[in-house]
Amino acid sequence: MGNFTIENVTVSYEKTEIIHQLSFEINKGKITTLIGPNGCGKSTMIKAIARLLPIKAGTIVLDGQKIQQYPTKELAKELAILPQSSTTPEGISVSELVSYGRFPYQKGFGSLTAEDKAKITWAIEETNLTEFAEQEVDKLSGGQKQRAFIAMALAQDTDILILDEPTTYLDMAHQLEILLLLQKLNQEEGRTILMALHDLNHAARFSDTMLAMKSGQLIALGSPQEMMTKEILAQTFEIDAEILLAPNKEYPICLSYELLEKE
Amino acid sequence: MKNKQKRFIFLLLVGFVGLLTALTLSVVIGAADISFQTVIAAIFSYDATENTHQIIRNIRIPRVIGACIVGASLSVSGALMQSVTQNPLADSGLLGLNAGAAFMMTISMSFFPSLPYIGIVSFCFLGAGLSALLIYLISTFNQKNAFPLKLILVGSAVTVFLSSVSQIIALMKNVGQDIAFWYVGGTANITWLQLKWLMPMTGVGLLGAIYLARSVFLLSLGEETAKGLGQNVPLVRMATMIVVILLTGISVAIVGPISFLGLMVPHMMRKLIGADDRLVIPLSALYGGLIVVLADFGGRMLNPPFETPFGAIIAVIGIPFFLYLTRKGGAAK
Ligand SMILES: Nc1ncnc2c1ncn2[C@@H]1O[C@H](COP(=O)(O)OP(=O)(O)OP(=O)(O)O)[C@@H](O)[C@H]1O
Ligand SMILES: [Mg+2]
Repeated sequence: MGNFTIENVTVSYEKTEIIHQLSFEINKGKITTLIGPNGCGKSTMIKAIARLLPIKAGTIVLDGQKIQQYPTKELAKELAILPQSSTTPEGISVSELVSYGRFPYQKGFGSLTAEDKAKITWAIEETNLTEFAEQEVDKLSGGQKQRAFIAMALAQDTDILILDEPTTYLDMAHQLEILLLLQKLNQEEGRTILMALHDLNHAARFSDTMLAMKSGQLIALGSPQEMMTKEILAQTFEIDAEILLAPNKEYPICLSYELLEKE
Repeated sequence: MKNKQKRFIFLLLVGFVGLLTALTLSVVIGAADISFQTVIAAIFSYDATENTHQIIRNIRIPRVIGACIVGASLSVSGALMQSVTQNPLADSGLLGLNAGAAFMMTISMSFFPSLPYIGIVSFCFLGAGLSALLIYLISTFNQKNAFPLKLILVGSAVTVFLSSVSQIIALMKNVGQDIAFWYVGGTANITWLQLKWLMPMTGVGLLGAIYLARSVFLLSLGEETAKGLGQNVPLVRMATMIVVILLTGISVAIVGPISFLGLMVPHMMRKLIGADDRLVIPLSALYGGLIVVLADFGGRMLNPPFETPFGAIIAVIGIPFFLYLTRKGGAAK
């Protein structure tokens, strides 16, 4: 699962149009990353794809069927979303929170099956939270909290993972850890991943496709090599960037950058 | 999760033992001096010609069952509302549902005095529903009311408005006495006839609440998270509202508008077991019942032979608790 075709999609909040007729494709089994300045509409686009927001015009098709036509629970078995921010109620342990990732699979009064429990344990292990499993989420650090919510999305056990800035709040090591985990899920299990990232070097290192947005429009899309160019970054972020190919690796990195002079 | 489950089971056991003890005390001890043996006899070998048997069977037992129902219903509806509105201060009293139910009860007594009991109860449901609708409309006109006190403000306005109108109607129609009698009597004048309706309705309401617990908690994590996990959010909101209206209507029909219970009990449970409604709701039902049975018993014992309304006892404990909560931050959950 995981071929998305997004065609002429327009999304609005009340009367303000945020995304203007955007079209692109997300390929199954690939990692696609949205980049762009604050407020350009990354989260809005992500929410529309995950069907958290209705679209004003256009179509979003997942594997040949419009996402609006999927029954809600069925979609939740295909696609998990980690929103940019979440509410944490008091006094909930990590394992309780993660157990809610199994919601789409539960019926009736919903006691956890052996499979549910196995997935919960797995998700907690993968996010390195085992020692915190019985601790309360609202008493964890920002990064640990973020990992708990990622674990909840993993427990959902979906072919498609959509994550809005999964590395916010995380220190450098944990950022890498999460991205490596996503890479592993992608490479070993063929999961399709769509995310928004602010760190261009992470985006370049981990993505198959990068997608640059600005003011609700698509600037360009392509492989990291195609995207990490002076022109595209200047156009997207209004920065003057120094790009290099990482030594011994095949992905480009942004070495340093300056703000572009405004005319 | 294992520790939590153990604690949950422990709390359930304690609650059950507590409730059984409280029920037994309430049935055995009362204004009329009746021995324990007589109580047993009244239950297991009922003799309708025995006056003491009559008291046990037709006064004391219905009364404690009524107290249980009220306690469980109000506590559970409070827990549901707090999660669904993501507002720690939500409660059927503060949001005006109680006042709505009481208002419609006044209407039914004023204009349809010969209505059977189930008719009056239906009016109560209607009234609770009316308030719920009003609150819903007013608060969603302005979608971005992240400020929990606003909902409470609207609820208080609705409460004051509806109780004032109730008073005016009651005065004009001269039913003030009847209504006051109904409320002050509290649990005292519950009959089996009424319980025959109320018990199954409460059962349905509580089962519904336990069924919804998972979804309701998910909603308290935020609408986006809930939707992302495949929840039909409007459906869950609607179903929860119906259960809340049912439970609130039942309680008001029995004892009139009681505030603070729905606030106090779920918050106490959350302190004990965390915010997961799968655990909070069953415990709220149990301990809510226990607290009202105790308050009702206390009300009878405080100044015999007069009865102190148990609502007053609960308010005296509940208001300081409420103030403590508002101080601790109604601003965010
Ligand atoms: N709920 C909302 N109601 C109205 N406008 C909104 C809402 N959420 C976002 N917006 C507006 O939509 C635009 C795009 O926001 P969005 O959150 O999609 O940006 P983003 O690219 O994710 O930014 P960031 O990098 O800061 O996360 C912004 O101008 C924002 O003000
Ligand atoms: Mg964003």
